[in-house]
Amino acid sequence: MAGRTQPVSAWPGIGAAVFLAVLILGTLFAVALRAEAGSGLGKADWAAIRFTLLQATLSALISVVLGIPVARALARRRFAGRRALIALLGVPFILPVLIAVLGLLEVFGRAGWVSTVLETAGLPSLRIYGLHGVVLAHVFLNLPLATRLILQAWQEIPAERFRLAAQLNCDGRAFFWLIEWPMLRRIVPGAFAVVFAICLTSFAVALTLGGGPKATTIELAIYQAFRFDFDLGRAALLSGVQLVLTVVAALVALWLSSSTGFGAGLDRAIRRWDGQTAAIKWLDSIWIAAAALFLILPLAAIFVSGAPGLFGLPASVWSAALTSILVATISTLLMLAFALPMAFAVAHGKGQAVEVAGLLGLAASPLVIGTGLFIIVRQFADPFSLALPVTALVNAIMALPFALRILVPSASDVVQRYGKLGLSLNMTGIAFLRLVLLPRMRAQIGFAAGLAMALSMGDLGVITLFADPDIATLPLKIYRLMGAYRLDDAAAAALLLLVLSIGLFWLLDRGGRRHAEA
Amino acid sequence: MKHLVFAAGIFGATAAFADTPELTVYTYDSFVSDWGPGPQVEEAFEAQCNCDLKLVGIEDGAALLARIKLEGPNSDADVVLGLDTNLVTAAKETGLFAEHSVSADYDLPIDWADPVFVPYDWGYFAFVHQADMAAPDSLQALAESDAKILIQDPRSSTPGLGLLMWVKAAYGDEAPAIWDALADNIVTVTKGWSEAYGLFLEGEADMVLSYTTSPAYHLIAEEDDSKAAAAFSEGHYMQVEVAGKLAGSDQPDLADQFLAFMVDDAFQSIIPTTNWMYPAVTPEGGLPDGFDTLVTPETSLLFSPEEAAALRDAALSEWLDALSQ
Repeated sequence: MAGRTQPVSAWPGIGAAVFLAVLILGTLFAVALRAEAGSGLGKADWAAIRFTLLQATLSALISVVLGIPVARALARRRFAGRRALIALLGVPFILPVLIAVLGLLEVFGRAGWVSTVLETAGLPSLRIYGLHGVVLAHVFLNLPLATRLILQAWQEIPAERFRLAAQLNCDGRAFFWLIEWPMLRRIVPGAFAVVFAICLTSFAVALTLGGGPKATTIELAIYQAFRFDFDLGRAALLSGVQLVLTVVAALVALWLSSSTGFGAGLDRAIRRWDGQTAAIKWLDSIWIAAAALFLILPLAAIFVSGAPGLFGLPASVWSAALTSILVATISTLLMLAFALPMAFAVAHGKGQAVEVAGLLGLAASPLVIGTGLFIIVRQFADPFSLALPVTALVNAIMALPFALRILVPSASDVVQRYGKLGLSLNMTGIAFLRLVLLPRMRAQIGFAAGLAMALSMGDLGVITLFADPDIATLPLKIYRLMGAYRLDDAAAAALLLLVLSIGLFWLLDRGGRRHAEA
Repeated sequence: MKHLVFAAGIFGATAAFADTPELTVYTYDSFVSDWGPGPQVEEAFEAQCNCDLKLVGIEDGAALLARIKLEGPNSDADVVLGLDTNLVTAAKETGLFAEHSVSADYDLPIDWADPVFVPYDWGYFAFVHQADMAAPDSLQALAESDAKILIQDPRSSTPGLGLLMWVKAAYGDEAPAIWDALADNIVTVTKGWSEAYGLFLEGEADMVLSYTTSPAYHLIAEEDDSKAAAAFSEGHYMQVEVAGKLAGSDQPDLADQFLAFMVDDAFQSIIPTTNWMYPAVTPEGGLPDGFDTLVTPETSLLFSPEEAAALRDAALSEWLDALSQ
């Protein structure tokens, strides 16, 4: 191992990144190659690109800007139910889109709770449909993720820094510039990029809450190219535009984020001396209460409409739930197999290209990835018998960008702090992984795994392209129930999905941070 | 990639029935669901064909056609079930479908004599509302009223495209004016039928674009007579759902047998209360109780497949123009 400067190799991670890039670009090419005549981008496509950029930028900006005070309040306050609240924060993000929209409308819709209250007070009801509706829904779905990512970074500031700041009697401003600003600069651009990428590929949410064809996103234009015009060339082209936009956003974000960490701490329990004035305490409480209300009300709506039918669900729904758990488990393992080596590679300073490769999965149109995979798989095997493995793989790829955002900062820290020590002890490879890296990243691995598990549980995704009538995942079952007029059963099945996703997420997330405070 | 291989092993390709022939039918997803016609159809056909009927569900009609185009001449499918008249011309243009040999005495409000596609059910598009609402009695009246409606996007949904054709069939060159007048009635446009119908049941709008047969579901399956479909004086546009045999099928005889079975009593009597549409050939026992309460339009509107194909793109841009302002 002479000349080796780091205890773990970057090569497996680089390999994983290359594999991903080849897979995703490969699906794009597979679709493009099947194209016949094909036309370029028309006026409507450019309008779709403009609208997509506008709504994604607004949604990401608002999610992140609101996420900062909420995360800050959660980081420095301790109250009963705090852990439960943080666990609930993961939920909107992992809901199947259709369910989230229905829950949201039950609260904010024309006949929703808020409108009812307003009308009783003699005020006009809410008008949710329009650009503001799209942004509202995207903030509902992504504020929790942004908050969790920022909160995570807040909690990773070593306890000693807070102690030092208190000893030096830092006032609020000094505390912000010395402690919080450097952390925010490191984490916020990445969080923005991830939320931006999610909103970029939004389709059903944007259309439904946008109120009409004005709210056409690139993904809908891709859908139209595929289904209405069968113009595969244009579909691939539009998907390429989506990829480029995401990659550019990611590069800008990475360029903006500084990478100086705080150095090592002694892992003491964090105690905070800052922000103890009554006014700040009140402000924090208001932020936490407002965020909790905004996020929990729609979930409560889903609970209320689903609870009555929960135990009367047909057996096939329960077996679909088992299928979903199996797919989600495999998907989570796959995700870790990609994400951990990639995070180590980034920690080596082989950063940007690997991180961008990780984002590709989110940026590419699910419809194009699915169709491309279908074309490719069909050359070798019966696509229907591979429906579940392919679904697991695609879900893993889609969860990867989130996992990387969670894993990369902590992997970098650990390598920075303990890399040299490891090398001086001649502790490399597996030993370093087993004794230092993995144990120190347990909380992040748990969080990432929980997220991947829940995301996969909630994804309708490519299973519809490979559907086999005998096997169905829970989201597909819900979709089928709705298609068969059975809205009540669908609501109950959605609640089941919600409970299972939260449960699995909680299990993994808690498992990872058993000894840490969260 | 060990995980993937492992996974493939777990889920395993179902062992092929080596001795019984297999007939693969591609259809839309709601057909194969537990609550759709699929399970009963499979049982009934397998009882008489000495074969294995494999129903594969692929989203909706438009996705189905896209899939067939994608797979091309060596598709795994033998029969495609679930296209409608708006897709028939595009389907024929692929040259992938073969002529059928089915003859039946159809109970359709129109004449059907297509050599390639066999109809199996049909329905009228209609706006569904709460029965206690005083509903408008025409598209024109709806456009002038302040009733709030939910519709589907024609680019991603069959009913959405149906409404486009409906307005075009009723108003021809005046269609853009109707869409202009309808614009302020439209609460929102959804990706598919399920989203729109779900929002309607949650009370987001007064009316939703669906079928005249929708109230039958609530009446028969839920014993709930609170939903009704509005009868419009311009007439109602129809959806005729059809199936066809692929030229590249390796089971052409079985495929013929399936198409014949499809217009037979056993299949047709399954349709009304699973697909919630009118059967193409009324079964011997007649329609189920409850269907007699449905509105029956006096005028049936339907473009021939050729007309529909020719009008589609122009009608879409009229729609986009009217609603994008």
